[in-house]
Amino acid sequence: MTTLSGSFLTAWQLVAVADAKLAAIVLLSLRVSLTATLIACTVGMPIGALLAVGRFPGRRALIVLFNGLMGLPPVVVGLLVYLLLSRAGPLGQFGLLFSPEAMIIAQAILVTPIVAALTRQVVADAWSEYREQLRSLGASRTRAAATLLWDGRFSLSTAALAGFGRAIAEVGAVMIVGGNIDGVTRVMTTTIALETSKGDLPLALALGFILITVVLSINAVAYALRGWAERRWG
Amino acid sequence: MGVNAWLTIEKLGLTEGGTRIIDGVSLSLGAQRTVVLGPNGAGKSTLLRLIHHLLHPSTGILYWPRRLSQAMVFQRPVMLRTTALANVIYGLKLKGFAAAEYERRARESLARVGLEHIARRPARLLSGGEQQRVALARAWALEPELLILDEPTASLDPASTREVERIIAEIAAGGTRILMTTHNLGQARRMADEIVFIDRGRCVEQTPVAAFFNLPQTEAAQAFLQEEIP
Repeated sequence: MTTLSGSFLTAWQLVAVADAKLAAIVLLSLRVSLTATLIACTVGMPIGALLAVGRFPGRRALIVLFNGLMGLPPVVVGLLVYLLLSRAGPLGQFGLLFSPEAMIIAQAILVTPIVAALTRQVVADAWSEYREQLRSLGASRTRAAATLLWDGRFSLSTAALAGFGRAIAEVGAVMIVGGNIDGVTRVMTTTIALETSKGDLPLALALGFILITVVLSINAVAYALRGWAERRWG
Repeated sequence: MGVNAWLTIEKLGLTEGGTRIIDGVSLSLGAQRTVVLGPNGAGKSTLLRLIHHLLHPSTGILYWPRRLSQAMVFQRPVMLRTTALANVIYGLKLKGFAAAEYERRARESLARVGLEHIARRPARLLSGGEQQRVALARAWALEPELLILDEPTASLDPASTREVERIIAEIAAGGTRILMTTHNLGQARRMADEIVFIDRGRCVEQTPVAAFFNLPQTEAAQAFLQEEIP
């Protein structure tokens, strides 16, 4: 039996018996990345909407900045958060380094520009269609931004998904601020990197399957929900 | 300046990217129902948007003897992704009506446009004609003193057009001033007390409706009327 097929077999067995250690890693990954995405949406969506409809100095510069930050390298974000949270850093007193919370902070920072930039695009398109009607009804720009966020809620699910996809798939940031501590901060991507370098391919492969399955299923569910909602509301 | 004018416009101009879209329009609007006519690109819609404060003039002034509350209905109705009723309520909320009144006012307004039965339906899934009637209900619920309509029936079938005309006439009967554009000359004849004829950003003619159609005073207006397909 080749290494590869053997690894596949062991990987499948690990998934099939819902190995406790494996389950803990998967659940931590989901907890960290879903929380980070939630925070990123709470912060990034209003920012994106205001960038789309607002009129204030520096708006264009901010748009370019957020678009550029979409490509933020995870290791750099990890490094910056590491410096912030390390004992000597400005937020060192909270003792968050090498905790799931640190990983959530890092991923939220990584994902917020993605959510903001994609939201801005969706809201800007809607704004060109709604602008005159909303202004005619007397909506302030802030009110218009809120209205367009609500009205674009189905399209905006794509922005949230893109953010989640980025968070769950990245290694660099969580590796640096989480430290990949067994049973504490070990998530799917860091485990895959570690086990591969150690030569334990079955566990790495099993996690690889699960990672892809999780991402695909969440996208499939969101796609179905969006389709349903759009048929329902037009 | 007309004695009973509710709006006097003096030397109004709008220049965009070097093009004069509105070129020194002076007008006194005093009729209850005014229809603005003119060829495509004459500046009709722009004039309406200037009056509705959606655009700021480059030159000239709008003089309102008394500030009138306004509402505007556009050629393509903009419906939010919610129910027809919530679309009407949205307008009431923005205009600061009492919260306790939202539902009753919105329902009354939908009933007046004959759409009470679809109040809970998603607005975006209604037909074009129904959406335009919801837009009229949304405007009517605000009880404006001036209702501006930019080609409100341009994309509607004859039955919907008749219904929209009936609604506009009813709103006018309640005392609301009507200012609208159309490319439908029959509609202009039916709906107007006074015609304002615009050509290339200038106001060419302003006459009572019967006089305009029987004996247009300018060559431009004569030529425009002769193009009509019987």
